[in-house]
Amino acid sequence: MSDTNVDKSKRRFLVMASSAVGGIAAAGTAIPFVVSMMPSARALAAGAPVEVDLSKIEPGALLTVEWRGKPVWIVSRTKEMLDLLGKHDDKLTDPQSDNSNQQPDYCKNPTRSIKPEYLIAVGICTHLGCSPTYRKEVGAADLGADWPGGFFCPCHGSRFDLAARVFNGSPAPTNLVIPPHKYLSESKVLIGEDTKA
Amino acid sequence: MDKLLAWVDARFPLTATYKAHLSEYFAPKNFNFWYFFGSLALLVLVIQIVSGIFLTMHYKPDADLAFASVEYIMRDVPWGWLIRYIHSTGASAFFIVVYLHMFRGLIYGSYRHPRELIWIFGVLIFLVLMGEAFFGYLLPWGQMSYWGAQVIVNLFATVPFIGEDLSILIRGDFVVSDATLNRFFAFHVIAFPLVLLGLVVVHLVALHEVGSNNPDGVEIKQNKDPVTHQPVDGIPFHPYYTVKDILGVVVFLMVFSAIVFFAPEMGGYFLEANNFIPADPLKTPEHIAPVWYFTPYYAVLRAVPPIFGSQFPGVAAMGVAVMIFFALPWLDKAKVKSIRYRGATYKWFLAAFVVAFIGLGYLGILPATPLYTWISRILSVVYFAFFLLMPWYTDSSRPGKANAKWFLIALVVSAIGVVLNAAQAKPLPYLTEILFFIHVACFVLMPFYLKGDQTKPEPQRVTFK
Repeated sequence: MSDTNVDKSKRRFLVMASSAVGGIAAAGTAIPFVVSMMPSARALAAGAPVEVDLSKIEPGALLTVEWRGKPVWIVSRTKEMLDLLGKHDDKLTDPQSDNSNQQPDYCKNPTRSIKPEYLIAVGICTHLGCSPTYRKEVGAADLGADWPGGFFCPCHGSRFDLAARVFNGSPAPTNLVIPPHKYLSESKVLIGEDTKA
Repeated sequence: MDKLLAWVDARFPLTATYKAHLSEYFAPKNFNFWYFFGSLALLVLVIQIVSGIFLTMHYKPDADLAFASVEYIMRDVPWGWLIRYIHSTGASAFFIVVYLHMFRGLIYGSYRHPRELIWIFGVLIFLVLMGEAFFGYLLPWGQMSYWGAQVIVNLFATVPFIGEDLSILIRGDFVVSDATLNRFFAFHVIAFPLVLLGLVVVHLVALHEVGSNNPDGVEIKQNKDPVTHQPVDGIPFHPYYTVKDILGVVVFLMVFSAIVFFAPEMGGYFLEANNFIPADPLKTPEHIAPVWYFTPYYAVLRAVPPIFGSQFPGVAAMGVAVMIFFALPWLDKAKVKSIRYRGATYKWFLAAFVVAFIGLGYLGILPATPLYTWISRILSVVYFAFFLLMPWYTDSSRPGKANAKWFLIALVVSAIGVVLNAAQAKPLPYLTEILFFIHVACFVLMPFYLKGDQTKPEPQRVTFK
């Protein structure tokens, strides 16, 4: 076939037009495949709220429950623990919980909780997702004499106090997340749902 | 037999392909030890595919069953332990061979014109291999599998704006879960091996198009016999190099078997102790370290402090540390390819790079103490300086006064900093920080004072040492 009598601009137009349409079709076809990789309906359902009975937690103890596959801590804080909370604000990155992504508005307070005696926090380090260990002993030998009790992340050494606020100099940039939650009764809490919804 | 061959050749270029790639593919006759690792990488690829297929017959990609199915392979499947140890040792062997193969390319300038595309395909193979290893490491569903994947996927979450959604897309859930395991299995056994094979083919096709480099960096195709039109410095790949490579294969398999049979865990470096505990999403192990072949990049990640409350700069530095290999063909301005004809400056830089790479690899295994973080920072600077300063130090026309002795200043400054850090002594406030900046300045200012590397002329013909 010879090219001499070919309308080249028409050919170019047809090549461009069919490539563009084909490209759009290919991109459209890719959508279901990419979206299929997002959390499935079952994974979303697993994010259903969890009900926890607080009366069984001894003072000072930590209970871990699972919500959305993540560990959620419930610490029953004693009066001594609460008294120590206000004494190291100068060593914290965000003592006033000004970063509103890290807790619901009703937990933007010095204890980061609805009821001061119960800390409810997602136990996933905001650095790279490890789960910190609960180190309640004040002045633990390996954490320094001024350790007020809190959480220590073994992966990269981030430190948090008993209100899950991050200490200066930790690799973690922000405080731990406080999940949405509400009290159903005096001793029953529902994690994953709050009254505003 | 001849009739059968003729019948096939009329329908498929069997003899022609055999000649083009083996019996009449002319390779330089001065290949040395460093040229074993290309064929060895191919051997390990075959070992991994074959052992992987047989593991797939017994493995179950399900969060409730995966750990037990690996134990089942180890205890109940006849010879299952051997197949699994071959596969796990093969993963580390792959990286040893590939790192040495890349180092060969580095010292003999195999990435230079006209072999830029071979190098780029090779770096792509390296990237896919890292992905393949990462996906495979989750499959045993042990503690280290789980938390390693958790940390690595969370690296993507630090990307500004889209990071959080991106990490959910990768995991298919809000944390690493059954959905993650299932898709990593799909990537590990189908998607990435297919891409890997395709890349290996184009890597070899590009190589056979331009021909192999050699330890002298001489282009053998420019000196052909006037009668036969074959390179005078070339010999047919088969039988000469097939026989040579078989020797390499024999020695390699001796070492490989010794590890498989006597030290498959390699003291916790090939298979980590924590991975013999089933994954527990609620409890992080005391110390998380990636497998050894990722540790240089992991150390770079940890060396960069968070900036503006974001971990992203460290992640970006780690990404750049890998991706920068792509730029190598255009960073090197030297007139010669091979290290044999380069001057002292280049050799200093290369030596510093090797020390930095191995040092970072070692530090990446250790926990992050202030001292180790400081050393990681110094070595990360050296790592990047090797690449980023290359356009200056390899350009022999640069007139600067100083030569490689200036390295010693950076070296001494770093050493003082290390000693001070180790002793936790702070004679002056911010002293270690100031020393770090002097160390950086020694490199940053190099384009202004460093004399370009003085190369020797390349020979016309290949030589033998």
